[in-house]
Amino acid sequence: MGRPYAITLDVGSSLANLTGSWRTERPVYVDRLPPCNNACPAGENIQQWLYHAESGDYETAWRTLTQDNPLPAVMGRVCYHPCEGACNRAQIDEAVGINSVERFLGDTAIRNGWTFAPPQAETGKRVLIVGAGPSGLSAAYHLRRMGHAIEIHEAGPFAGGMMRFGIPKYRLPRDVLDAEIKRITDLGVTLKLNSKVNRIIDSMKAGKFDAAFLAVGAHIGKRAYIPAGSAAKILDAVSLLRSMEGEDRPLLGRRVVVYGGGNTAIDAARTAKRLGATEAIIVYRRTRDRMPAHDFEVEEALQEGIMMKWLSTIKRMDEGVLTVEKMQLDEKGFPQPTGEFETLETDSLVLALGQDVDLSLLDGVPGLEIKDGVVQVDTNMMTGHAGIFAGGDMVPSERTVTVGVGHGKKAARHIDAWLRGEAYIAPERHELASIDKMNSWYYADAPKTVRPMLEVVRRQSTFEEVQGGLDETNALYEARRCLSCGNCFECDNCYGVCPDNAVIKLGPGKRFRFNYDYCKGCGVCAQECPCGAIKMIPEEI
Amino acid sequence: MDATQKLHFYQKGTFTVGNRLVSEEQRSVQASTDRSNALTCGHRACQGCGEALGARYAMDAAMRATGGNVIAVNATGCLEVFTTPYPETSWQTPWLHSLFGNAAAVATGVAAAMRVKGRREVRALAQGGDGGTTDIGFGCLSGMFERNDDVLYICYDNEAYMNTGVQRSSATPPAARTATTPAMGPQPGNVFGTGKNVPKIAVAHGIPYVATATVADLHDLERKVIKAMGIHGARYLHIHVPCPLGWGSASHDTIRLARLAVECGLFPVFEAEHGVITGCRKIRRQVPVEEYLKPQRRFAHLFTEAGKERIGHLQALADRNIAEYHLVDAEGDG
Repeated sequence: MGRPYAITLDVGSSLANLTGSWRTERPVYVDRLPPCNNACPAGENIQQWLYHAESGDYETAWRTLTQDNPLPAVMGRVCYHPCEGACNRAQIDEAVGINSVERFLGDTAIRNGWTFAPPQAETGKRVLIVGAGPSGLSAAYHLRRMGHAIEIHEAGPFAGGMMRFGIPKYRLPRDVLDAEIKRITDLGVTLKLNSKVNRIIDSMKAGKFDAAFLAVGAHIGKRAYIPAGSAAKILDAVSLLRSMEGEDRPLLGRRVVVYGGGNTAIDAARTAKRLGATEAIIVYRRTRDRMPAHDFEVEEALQEGIMMKWLSTIKRMDEGVLTVEKMQLDEKGFPQPTGEFETLETDSLVLALGQDVDLSLLDGVPGLEIKDGVVQVDTNMMTGHAGIFAGGDMVPSERTVTVGVGHGKKAARHIDAWLRGEAYIAPERHELASIDKMNSWYYADAPKTVRPMLEVVRRQSTFEEVQGGLDETNALYEARRCLSCGNCFECDNCYGVCPDNAVIKLGPGKRFRFNYDYCKGCGVCAQECPCGAIKMIPEEI
Repeated sequence: MDATQKLHFYQKGTFTVGNRLVSEEQRSVQASTDRSNALTCGHRACQGCGEALGARYAMDAAMRATGGNVIAVNATGCLEVFTTPYPETSWQTPWLHSLFGNAAAVATGVAAAMRVKGRREVRALAQGGDGGTTDIGFGCLSGMFERNDDVLYICYDNEAYMNTGVQRSSATPPAARTATTPAMGPQPGNVFGTGKNVPKIAVAHGIPYVATATVADLHDLERKVIKAMGIHGARYLHIHVPCPLGWGSASHDTIRLARLAVECGLFPVFEAEHGVITGCRKIRRQVPVEEYLKPQRRFAHLFTEAGKERIGHLQALADRNIAEYHLVDAEGDG
């Protein structure tokens, strides 16, 4: 027998005891939707590209980013980063500097000459894109990568739309913009400049296009009726910013007043300052907290010496003198006239009261619906006329570069499906990875990296870029502040904390698997998962 | 840049089990796919057992430190019962059990036998619960300490005799309800002013190494086991292991409770060499004792009008630990 004294059974392993049968709840790995991705108007997979960036694999990070947005160097400068406003890290210390890492990736790509992979096959379909702004360029990029032949018709002398003619150089240097546009046209996108489309139906017929995407933007500055003497110099902000791209700089004089409270008003005032105005004053009918301009831009303008005149409307302009009426807010927050007037000396008045869309190219297109000066589109971005899609500032939306890029991507998906006679069905959205699903204990405290700013004196006199970028060491640091909300980052916590050794580690990049033969369903793994990538679900018993 | 600094730089994962961004050597033993799993699957511990977790953490670290040359001696208790129902075993290491109270003495014998056989590389490790350590095995333990025998003794402290039905031990905290200290009468739960502090008693023996640890801080626990295995002579490690059954807590809260015990100050984490305290783990995010007590049904009787004063007494105990072990820095975050 060979057994020791008083031993009648062979020794066995407890592995024979399948404790999984005790379970009433089972843990499952999930991918939840990170709040940053959820907030991004361009639909970027931010958590995923930060995951690659924090490994130091910037090229994969950039390629992941550009799956959704072909303009990261632009976006890293001009986006108002709603992602950072939604970032869960803000509830631990400060939001991750997503925008600054995006810019770092975009700049790194330009420096290293990374290019997009060409389409794998040609579909033989032709799509006309009207307008080479963010929305048109984004649609061109996505449709080209899907294998369609793309022609962009741009009315202006350069591509870029409002990125060139609306956003001043000190926020977006033109070499950056040019590099990112060239990378899109290098994919084989035909770009026709100085080529205004007058009637879309005729242009589509003439070029044998199967579909069209309209993204002409909103370039017509709104005017307000202001009685003015013959010598009064009044111009609109859009024209002012556009003329900055030409040879001759506009002459505004020493004292400039800008009328309006949006981001364009701020851009116009900061541009006036840089053109040599000793006084640049923004006149706005309400108060700072009610200003549509983003607060950090207001702050930067104030730093540069821009003056603000709140609760004021302009009544008339004579040579060198403005008459301004003081306002007060009623209980609903609307400005009401007070009948008190004052005067303000000025050499020119810049109106920044919003922009309208030039819709003349749509004359005679059946089925279109136009409301409040913009083209109505369905959820698939298609206008009332089959095959004609529209996006960007000419459809109802928030007017930002990021929204435009997002429209371009969304329209491209629907155009691609429509060309195949199908409907694009968006994948189901995952559950949101809100902070209550995370275990913040596991994240060490690490404050946000601050981007360098150009000193004020140079900001008042030159068009050099105001905000600096990150270098590799602090970009890596910043990327690593990401919490990876809702998506496994292979921290091994579940593998370590299981009292039953019932988590199988599959190796780098392959994540983990539960061994349900032994998992008792205690839920420690789900509780201790830092990023909320494990969910407990009831067993069917 | 030393390893600790470098690890701190990787904000994501300074406190997690592993971290894909650091080299293998800087990750914990538990992060490795070739950890020994000295205590493997199929054991009969309750769901969310802190002791099963603590025992695997400690044994795997000891196995790593000695190249697998460990003989474990187990006192009677949960750990013994749930791992070795005859004829099965969950241990993937030489393991023996004799009586409830003699684990330290048996381990002394194992160490002596290995010395006589010229197998100095094979190390003896004794382990038991708080009952087998602080009550029943205390005489043998003290003897092992004073003779400075070459044994690492690990106590998994779940603060009562859980296996036999949650009876009070000398490690049961004041006010805790157990089967023998019911929540009734003028002093509900365990009586204030009773019990003993075995880590401090171990320090008083002047042995080469004494440390406390918890299942909530794996890096600290593994470092202490590995350090202990690098020392010859008597060593004592006291690991706080929450017990969902005996404490009346949710099975998923095991690690959270171990963490809160440290963060409120009731369980000080420190280490001592030759009778002198050499280091304390600072509190990172301090919490009032209520946060630790509230999720445990054994303290439910405190959350009444009459219980407020006793919560104050428990907070005073935590505050005394914080002062005695300097658990809170002036600058805060540790």
